[in-house]
Amino acid sequence: MQHTLIALVENRPGVLNRVASLFRRRNFNIESLAVGRTDNPEISRMTIVIEGEPVETARIEANLVKLVNIIDVQDVTGQPAIARDLALIKVKAQPSQRAEITALAEIFRARVVDVAPDSLIIEITGTEDKIESLNELLRPFGILEMVRAGQVAMLRGGATGVRHTPGVEARPF
Amino acid sequence: MKKTGAEVLWESIIREGVDVLFGLPGGAVIPAFDAMLNYPKLHFVLVRHEQGAAMMADGYARASGKVGVAIATSGPGATNLVTGIHIASMDSSPVVFITGQVASNLLGSDAFQEVDMTGISLPITKHNFLITSPDEVAQTVHEAFYIARSGRPGPVLIDFCKDAQIAKTEKIDPPEVRLLGYHPPLHAAAEKLERAAELIRAAKRPVIFAGHGVEISGAAKEVQKFAERTNTPVAMTLLSLGAIPSSHPLSLGMMGMHGEAFCNLAIQQSDLIIALGMRFDDRVTGNLKTYAPMAAKIHVEIDPTEINKIVIADVALVGDVKTVMADLDPLIPNARHDDWLSQITEWRKETDQRDILGQPGTNGKLHVPQIISDIWKVTKGEALMVTDVGQHQMWTAQYYQPEKPYSFITSGGAGSMGFGLPAAIGAKFAKPDREVWAIVGDGGFQMTQAELSTAVQENIDIKIAIMNNHFLGMVRQWQEFFFEKRYSAVHLKNPDFGKIAEAHGIPTRKVMTSGEIHSAVEFARKTPGPVLLDFHVEQEEAVYPMVPTGADLHQMIRRPSPEEKE
Repeated sequence: MQHTLIALVENRPGVLNRVASLFRRRNFNIESLAVGRTDNPEISRMTIVIEGEPVETARIEANLVKLVNIIDVQDVTGQPAIARDLALIKVKAQPSQRAEITALAEIFRARVVDVAPDSLIIEITGTEDKIESLNELLRPFGILEMVRAGQVAMLRGGATGVRHTPGVEARPF
Repeated sequence: MKKTGAEVLWESIIREGVDVLFGLPGGAVIPAFDAMLNYPKLHFVLVRHEQGAAMMADGYARASGKVGVAIATSGPGATNLVTGIHIASMDSSPVVFITGQVASNLLGSDAFQEVDMTGISLPITKHNFLITSPDEVAQTVHEAFYIARSGRPGPVLIDFCKDAQIAKTEKIDPPEVRLLGYHPPLHAAAEKLERAAELIRAAKRPVIFAGHGVEISGAAKEVQKFAERTNTPVAMTLLSLGAIPSSHPLSLGMMGMHGEAFCNLAIQQSDLIIALGMRFDDRVTGNLKTYAPMAAKIHVEIDPTEINKIVIADVALVGDVKTVMADLDPLIPNARHDDWLSQITEWRKETDQRDILGQPGTNGKLHVPQIISDIWKVTKGEALMVTDVGQHQMWTAQYYQPEKPYSFITSGGAGSMGFGLPAAIGAKFAKPDREVWAIVGDGGFQMTQAELSTAVQENIDIKIAIMNNHFLGMVRQWQEFFFEKRYSAVHLKNPDFGKIAEAHGIPTRKVMTSGEIHSAVEFARKTPGPVLLDFHVEQEEAVYPMVPTGADLHQMIRRPSPEEKE
């Protein structure tokens, strides 16, 4: 099954490699990975989506926590969380088709962000399913190019996804 | 006042308590070596191959409990360390490796002797650092030592760009550790302690597993007291032999693949395992499906990634062994397990009857167990034994029964041949007052034989005993047992090791019969400085008992009994 992990990591060179290396060693494929700075410029946040059995992912989670540059990791699979991906889809569009495609995009609350004589770029944010659905509907027009930012996730409510603060004893397993 | 990165390196290292380090210079560390001359406090041991430096630093660390240090140049110097880094990593040994690196503006340019050392060492270090500016040196060195020695210890590598060694900085003062994501646990959760205590109080056939973590956390005394108070036998892993005295009536000796039968039988029949600072290596468990099937498992371990990795714990106490034992102790009343212990005594008697040393009729032939046992007798079990890897390693583990912790040094997890000689040299630097023996096979010895020169250059007082059977013995044994005696690439046509010793100016004796063991061992002990003994032992002897890979722990290939031997 698919697991979504959130990792808070130190924002410095080589950290992504350390994280990726754990997955590589165990022959795991990373389905999606999004990394970016948090409000604290010293800390980056990763959202990692992997396919694996719960036992395996629990072990990966423990090994991630063990990395010196990793501040915390949480498996948010099955927890109330907001998960979003962003995609840009460049689709073939003759002038006569523009209206139809734009209407489709609107249903998905997607936006047309570039118009060329024979193509459009559509920007969509949402769950993976939603992006997949729009993708399917646009496919008959001819998709020239597609890019995804990777899924980002955040727990609903007051929970922050950080369970121990620096300087405080690590959480019990 | 400004100082160069190289000067800050040595000052920082001295501040960490280092007085001896091992290595070999080269282009990318020449500035560091130049600056080292200004710090005569540091004793530098010049090795013949960087692998030797890594293993010496490891031997030093294991014998002393302090952080070992090895230094090498960039490129091939650095990659020659790799096996040693892996060994330290597998056995949780605190070693800081310093490698030279090309100037920071040349990183990634395939410059002369450039290699991606942080990349190469990433999966085999606890952590690694790249220094590109002299401003980073003091902070990095301090954090490297802190990471290496704290929590579950392990190797840390510092890759040090040449320009950062030369350039000057004002950041020379001792910094504070500032690691956002590194907080090794100490205490286990209180409610789990209570649950563990319930299991211990209810147990009828408990066994304590003393792992390497007992030694590392300095909990040997506490564990022994706890065992005595609760009347619980103690099995040890290869790396923790001596955690409680081998002569102690509650000692079961070594567990696992080549553990004594009574120890493994006790594990299989137990109803509770209290595993302290160990990781259930496959050499320890055998077939997991049938492993200690009746036993509840309490796993005390500082590294949470070891919990439920191999054996599912009924209670996991994540923390430092010594701390957790102290927290647990008040919850456990004294106990007796007389029936259980007398059952184990029965098994032990049966094992002893099969012991090769009790059997007559060896016709003066040289058997490794006899040699090890004789060394054990004359040293009263108090020598610091360092082994290589293979049959002699297992025989030493079985027949040299140490009486105190920090007495047995061996490459366990990595099982790396060539470890014995350099690790013994390192261990002697750590413990100059202890008698140090390197027990090595003829195969492994030849992998790092060049370090004989280092031993001579340093006039290091170690006794080297080669168990020379002209075979890669353990592989031969496997081929005998599991491959129908089809011997593939295991026969060794050896040089005359005595002449090699003589060429180094090392006193030596060749031993061909059992009658000569005692005088050779005494010769070695009485002769100051390095001595090499070349024991020409029985060529095709096997280590018993043996649990074949994947077999149930109680299904050992036993030593032939005296009747069977006829």
